[in-house]
Amino acid sequence: MLNLLPVPVESTDWVPGSVEAASGMFQTGAWLLVALPLVSAAVLLVLGRRADRWGHWLGLGASAGTFVVGAGLLMSLLGYPADSRVRSLAMFDWISTSELSVAAGLRLDPLSLTFVMLVSLVGTLIHVYSVAYMEHDTDRRRFFAYLNLFVAAMLLLVLADSYLLMFVGWEGVGLASYLLIGFWNHVPAYATAAKKAFIMNRVADVGMIVALMLMFSTFGGLDFATVFAGAPEASEGKLTAIGLMLLVAATGKSAQFPLQAWLGDAMAGPTPVSALIHAATMVTAGVYLIVRSGPVFNLAPTALLVVAIVGAITLLYGAIVGCAKDDIKKTLAASTMSQIGYMMLAAGLGPIGYAFAIFHLLTHGFFKAGMFLGAGSVMHGMNDQVDMRRFGGLSTYMKITWITFGLGWLAILGVPPFSGFWSKDKIIESAFVGEGWQPWVFGTVALLGAGITAFYMSRLFFMTFHGKKRWTSEKDGTGPDQHPHESPLWMTLPMIVLAFGSVALGGLLMIGGAFTTWLEPVTGHVEHHDPVLPIPVIMAATIVLVLLGAFLAWRQYAAAEVPVVAPRGSVLTRAARQDLYQDTVNEAVFMAPGQYLTRSLVYGDRQIVDNAFTGVGRASSGSGRLLRLLQNGFARSYATVMVFGVLVVAVVVLAVQA
Amino acid sequence: MEITNYLVLAAILFAIGCATVLLRRSAIIVFMGIELMLNATNLAFVTFARMHGDLSGQVIAFFVMVVAAAEVVVGLAIIVAIFRTRKSASVDDVNLLKG
Amino acid sequence: MMASSGEAALFWVLAPLMVLAALGLVLARKAVYAALSMIFVMIALAVLYVAQEAPFLGIVQVVVYTGAVMMLFVFVLMLVGVDASPSRVETIKGQRFAGILMSVGLGVLLITVVSRATFAPAVGLEAANGATNPVGVARVLMSDFVFDMEVVAVLLVTAALAALVLTHRRQLVRKPGQKELADQRVRSGKHLVNLPAPGVYARHNAMDVPALDPYGNPIEASVSRVLRVRGQERHLDAEVTTLPAPRSVPEIATPANEGPATDATTSAPANTEAADRGQDAEHTTRPDAAEGTR
Repeated sequence: MLNLLPVPVESTDWVPGSVEAASGMFQTGAWLLVALPLVSAAVLLVLGRRADRWGHWLGLGASAGTFVVGAGLLMSLLGYPADSRVRSLAMFDWISTSELSVAAGLRLDPLSLTFVMLVSLVGTLIHVYSVAYMEHDTDRRRFFAYLNLFVAAMLLLVLADSYLLMFVGWEGVGLASYLLIGFWNHVPAYATAAKKAFIMNRVADVGMIVALMLMFSTFGGLDFATVFAGAPEASEGKLTAIGLMLLVAATGKSAQFPLQAWLGDAMAGPTPVSALIHAATMVTAGVYLIVRSGPVFNLAPTALLVVAIVGAITLLYGAIVGCAKDDIKKTLAASTMSQIGYMMLAAGLGPIGYAFAIFHLLTHGFFKAGMFLGAGSVMHGMNDQVDMRRFGGLSTYMKITWITFGLGWLAILGVPPFSGFWSKDKIIESAFVGEGWQPWVFGTVALLGAGITAFYMSRLFFMTFHGKKRWTSEKDGTGPDQHPHESPLWMTLPMIVLAFGSVALGGLLMIGGAFTTWLEPVTGHVEHHDPVLPIPVIMAATIVLVLLGAFLAWRQYAAAEVPVVAPRGSVLTRAARQDLYQDTVNEAVFMAPGQYLTRSLVYGDRQIVDNAFTGVGRASSGSGRLLRLLQNGFARSYATVMVFGVLVVAVVVLAVQA
Repeated sequence: MEITNYLVLAAILFAIGCATVLLRRSAIIVFMGIELMLNATNLAFVTFARMHGDLSGQVIAFFVMVVAAAEVVVGLAIIVAIFRTRKSASVDDVNLLKG
Repeated sequence: MMASSGEAALFWVLAPLMVLAALGLVLARKAVYAALSMIFVMIALAVLYVAQEAPFLGIVQVVVYTGAVMMLFVFVLMLVGVDASPSRVETIKGQRFAGILMSVGLGVLLITVVSRATFAPAVGLEAANGATNPVGVARVLMSDFVFDMEVVAVLLVTAALAALVLTHRRQLVRKPGQKELADQRVRSGKHLVNLPAPGVYARHNAMDVPALDPYGNPIEASVSRVLRVRGQERHLDAEVTTLPAPRSVPEIATPANEGPATDATTSAPANTEAADRGQDAEHTTRPDAAEGTR
């Protein structure tokens, strides 16, 4: 990723759907990206316990292999001029009917390559981390199998050249997410969390399926080329419908309002999973979907506006929830939700935001994964304690964790010149672009969000690494004695690499707008628009708000004493601790009526349907019992009936003849 | 006298044979009823042979006799076998064929 | 075609008798009577065949049906047992009514059909029977129906085999031989030797008079079971009145007069045997029972 160099755009009249065939060793071998981890996962799962000793190395190797292939692919693609960087690799005829024919193929373009690099690099780093983190788990091999399965599915998702094949990957990551959240499924709460994530994702998948149907009926095909080529001819209503359905799918996968409730519980999974799937990659698939479907959304401004609104709501929602949580992983999860809200907001702004959404996605993938790994490192040293009120003063015990986490913290705060500054600041700027009420609302929300983000992330940082020690101890009966220590090299190494990304990635990629230029073959070229406020004003306001938030957090959680038991707090705090009552609402609005409906359906089934069926059965058995009386076993009765039959036949024949 | 009177006689004998089958319970008598019906048809065959001037009718009657003889052999063997196991020659006692 | 007056007379004599005899089949109380009335119907039919220019069939009817088939019936009747035929009380509800209705209906239907049909003028068999009836039948049988005849031959063989198989009793255990029977008799401890012969008083057919034991008591088991079942057994007291005084018993014994010792030796076993018989009257049925359990 760091090798990415700005390449001058030769042709700006970008046409969606102009695709060239793949050529060269890396491009034609792109299928390896999916096949490598998939085969590895299959091997690990099939061999079972026999692979326990070396399984994690195979998993790590497969993941590293994808990174190598991905890097080679990136290099080979960079060797082409910008207008011929969209490549397709046909693999095989997948579905071939008269109505619908879908060929399984990969689409190699800047967007998918960006994701490939993110997924394979962060994925590999997290594989490395997991080798140490899961060392004492007896099922480490299975864990790596699932991780590889996830990598394969995620790469298929981003590389697919049709919505249908993407859907396969989409479901694959859902499955992997389910398996990994419930990895410790012997704990009922974790198993429930896995189910919750799975079910909420299924709800979203309905949106995806409906979108697929709409596309098929509108464009007669499901591959990107057909859909994008047909979009300009389709009516806006249909495009809006498709866009909204895609948005439903995206909200589920990316934990956006109103399908956000599963992400907090998903933290039940092992921390590397949270870092990889629920921070860096899978949850951003929704953003990928929106940006990928740009040609559709561009022609459906209403759908785009809804995307922006959903992003704005989630942005604030996650930020507010993050301020109140005491669980370090759930705070990070809320933060993830909020940051993806930023990406959604950016994607909802249209072509001017697509590139920034992906850019923020990329930088966020690095610093958030880094912070999750840091949190895992803290838990590793603190007997799996997750309550931040039981941390404090860890900076001296875990130097590397503290520094890497701190770099991530600065990045997410958007402090220049860290990565987050470049990406988030661009989004805030873009949010202020436009006409009417929208720039003011979205811009203000984005600004506010930056301030709140600064507050809760600083709160997390200070509560964990600074202030007084509030550790549990045997003596006062609050828990085990704590002997915090730095994590082994296998764990700190990925954190260090990710910290480098947190520091420099944003700046490097933004030099001369290199990244937006790189994405232009996908997102299209956009002329610069001036925001409603001057850019320096926005920038200054952002920095002021961020500093304010950080200062408030410092005053409350570093300078002052942090109570070990959470104070009652205001109404808003209590609500935020309960995730703004999202589960209560879901249960009241969907679960309870659903259960009531199910019960009444069961009752109706028993009373009406079952009785109808058993009634038919009873009727036939009753008539059978009546007919049985004829079968009395007496040969003479049978003979009588026979003679009667002969008589009837004879009379009928005679009557007909007469 | 009309030759068709033979046919009427055959019809009456046939009906009586039928009644025997339907009304008697002894397997042997039921069997005799069947024989009576066969004989009645034979009479009809012979009469028709005479009416048509064709000996085929008589040949058929001859066949009926042969087949009836074979049938009697097997049927009586069955009756004897059943009598051995069930100590009864009543057709009503062999009623395992009920529903 | 009108039949000759002689044939008409024959028909009008035989036909009512045949119908009556056939009704006997339905109404006869005993199976033997049914068989007899059946035989009558068949012979009458044979006569009618001859009258209808089918002398060959008439003879075959007598030989095959009356001679073979009906004899087979009677054999089986006797084998099954004359008493074994079930009573005529109807046990199936409504069967009698339905049976009569069906039979009458069938008869009415057939008669209606026959009487309403219009037949071509009868040809008669003078031409066909030119070279005698058996030759005519043979010509048809051996030309037009030769294949059918072969099939019927196969059928007859099959039927014979079937009858053999059906009536065959499978020997499940070895048939008890003389030694086994003797051992069994000793084990049962009842009759080591033959039953005593009947007929002490040879005044008439002495089969029906029981023997006397040395004390002058009649031995019931000495009379054949068949006679006892039929009730044809004579009782001694009925005879005694016509007999000389009992004192003649020693007189009868005196001609031998070999001494009291021999008398005691001969009478002692007879005495025990008689006592044994008095205790157990059913032992005479034992051979049958043994057969039944086989």
